[in-house]
Amino acid sequence: MSKSISSQRTSVRYRSRLLQPEADRHPDTHPLTWRLRDDGEVIWLDEYLRKDGYQSVRAALDNGNPQAIIATMKDANVRGRGGAGFSAGLKWSLTLQGGNMPRGYLICNADEMEPGTFKDRLLMEQQPHLLIEGMILGALANNSFYGYIFLRGEYVEAARVLNRALDEAREAGWLGADINGSGFDFDIAVHTGAGRYICGEETALINSLEGKRANPRAKPPFPGQSGAWGKPSVVNNVETLCNVPAVILKGADWYQALSGDRTDDGGSKLYGVSGPVEKPGLWELPMGTTGAEILERAGGMRANRSLKAWLPGGASTGFLLPEHLDLPLDFDTVGKEGSRLGTGLLTVVPQEQSMVALMRNLEEFFARESCGWCTPCRDGLPWTVKLLRALELGQGETGDIELLDKLAADCGPGLTFCAHAPGAAMPLQTALKHFRQEFEQGVGKPRGKAHPDPIPVGEV
Amino acid sequence: MMATTPQTHQIIGTDGFELHPADETAMLEEMAHYEQPQAACIEALKVVQRRHGWVPDGAIGAIAKVLGIGPASVEGVATFYSLIFRQPVGRHVVLVCDSSSCFLSGFDELKQALASHLGIDYGQTTEDGRFTLLPVCCLGACDGAPALMIDNDTYGPVSPDDLPGLLEGYP
Repeated sequence: MSKSISSQRTSVRYRSRLLQPEADRHPDTHPLTWRLRDDGEVIWLDEYLRKDGYQSVRAALDNGNPQAIIATMKDANVRGRGGAGFSAGLKWSLTLQGGNMPRGYLICNADEMEPGTFKDRLLMEQQPHLLIEGMILGALANNSFYGYIFLRGEYVEAARVLNRALDEAREAGWLGADINGSGFDFDIAVHTGAGRYICGEETALINSLEGKRANPRAKPPFPGQSGAWGKPSVVNNVETLCNVPAVILKGADWYQALSGDRTDDGGSKLYGVSGPVEKPGLWELPMGTTGAEILERAGGMRANRSLKAWLPGGASTGFLLPEHLDLPLDFDTVGKEGSRLGTGLLTVVPQEQSMVALMRNLEEFFARESCGWCTPCRDGLPWTVKLLRALELGQGETGDIELLDKLAADCGPGLTFCAHAPGAAMPLQTALKHFRQEFEQGVGKPRGKAHPDPIPVGEV
Repeated sequence: MMATTPQTHQIIGTDGFELHPADETAMLEEMAHYEQPQAACIEALKVVQRRHGWVPDGAIGAIAKVLGIGPASVEGVATFYSLIFRQPVGRHVVLVCDSSSCFLSGFDELKQALASHLGIDYGQTTEDGRFTLLPVCCLGACDGAPALMIDNDTYGPVSPDDLPGLLEGYP
């Protein structure tokens, strides 16, 4: 589409970028981003090869022992960067293979839609071959015969870049039949979605990939046992897969050492921050970097703003307070504080922001994006929105806050089909815990007759 | 993946909808990427949408015929996904991100300015059939909040003052 582009249009065109100059990034410390260019141009195959690209796949193919890949990934304890933090090596070790088991699928979850998260976009738009190399290694380890990059429909630029990179890789013999004479067959297709946050849930993603409504599936069976079209399927996040080449090439000890003595979790992490800070952005930093360090890189809060609260890794994580800024941001530490590391991209909330209004916004998101499959989520979340809207207008009724407590508890882990509703409950519960008085101020009147519970809650 | 030789036929849906042969070819090619034809359903809907701007009722049956599945399955998918339009939309679709980072970075002002500039609210199309306004889930452009998309182009940060010049680029 070659439209004439006015200067006005280009001036606000969004470009994904890393706020770390090339000179500050090194192969030994920045496995995800050291190849990225200061000008933000795509690293195509030639440049990727010049910068040691596909060496890891070459080594793994020469080695000829896929189980060694899994062992290294387990030792390195690469934890899932989509937000759940599950060990990728452990997940891979549970994939059914061998015997009469058909070869399965390696699926990259590139459905980045967690509010506040903009990391996978950068990796795909500027360095597509790192993801492709990670997927080939994943396919080797899991005996996958075909891969899909499940990409959200709005990532138009990423789709263009990935498709061209896949063509390059195919032409150079890194994909297709008998990859570079190894006897191993594997190819990848980009599957673009058509909206809906729930597609990021791995079993909903598989349903969506199969051309169905993106409702989650019951687990077990886990995708590694029976996933896409009943075959063993592995679903990994973009950033997780982008970690694989360096881990396989340099080993588990190197990966573990990347985070120094900050945390038990190894590796580096794409951390970022958005909201009213001076320089919202993205950086590759050692796992376990503190919120304070990240905020400092962002130039601190905007002038005349001070920090009230923050979400450590997206809308489905719990609110933390300024006092938590010095904690290492790793999966376990953040978990102990009643939140989750999630995607590791911080959202900061300024002092003057009403938490009731922000919660209303967050729950509107979760209510709208619920797939409607199970009741606590489908009915509970819109009800939560209704209560929050009333509280925001000062028209809440006595008992509304207790009802919010109850609705959130009913959406907790284990009570719903997937993690969507628990994700909606966590920010609400932590907001109610830390900022309860703000919600109480929204109660303007005693419970009226017209507002009995429209649906019996809980004990039915 | 499956060896498919695209062989097109004249596919007629309900309401006299005729599937364009090139669109059928595109669907057949997409089907080749998957173990089962149904997987091409979302892409098939997008193919129709690219030509017509939306998915007319009659197209549902036509897609079902190409994929060899029931029309109810196609409609179930068409109505689930937010970027598949089952009503006519304007020549350009404006997707405004209303998620948390944008909400904290001036979304309200931007959305109000958009609505008043265009004279429409969510789900509506301008009288001249030029723009349709819709909310969208986090665009993954949070370091450029508040963000929006017009057709395939992502913009951010966008201030209300940017809007007239920005929209001008979409006649």
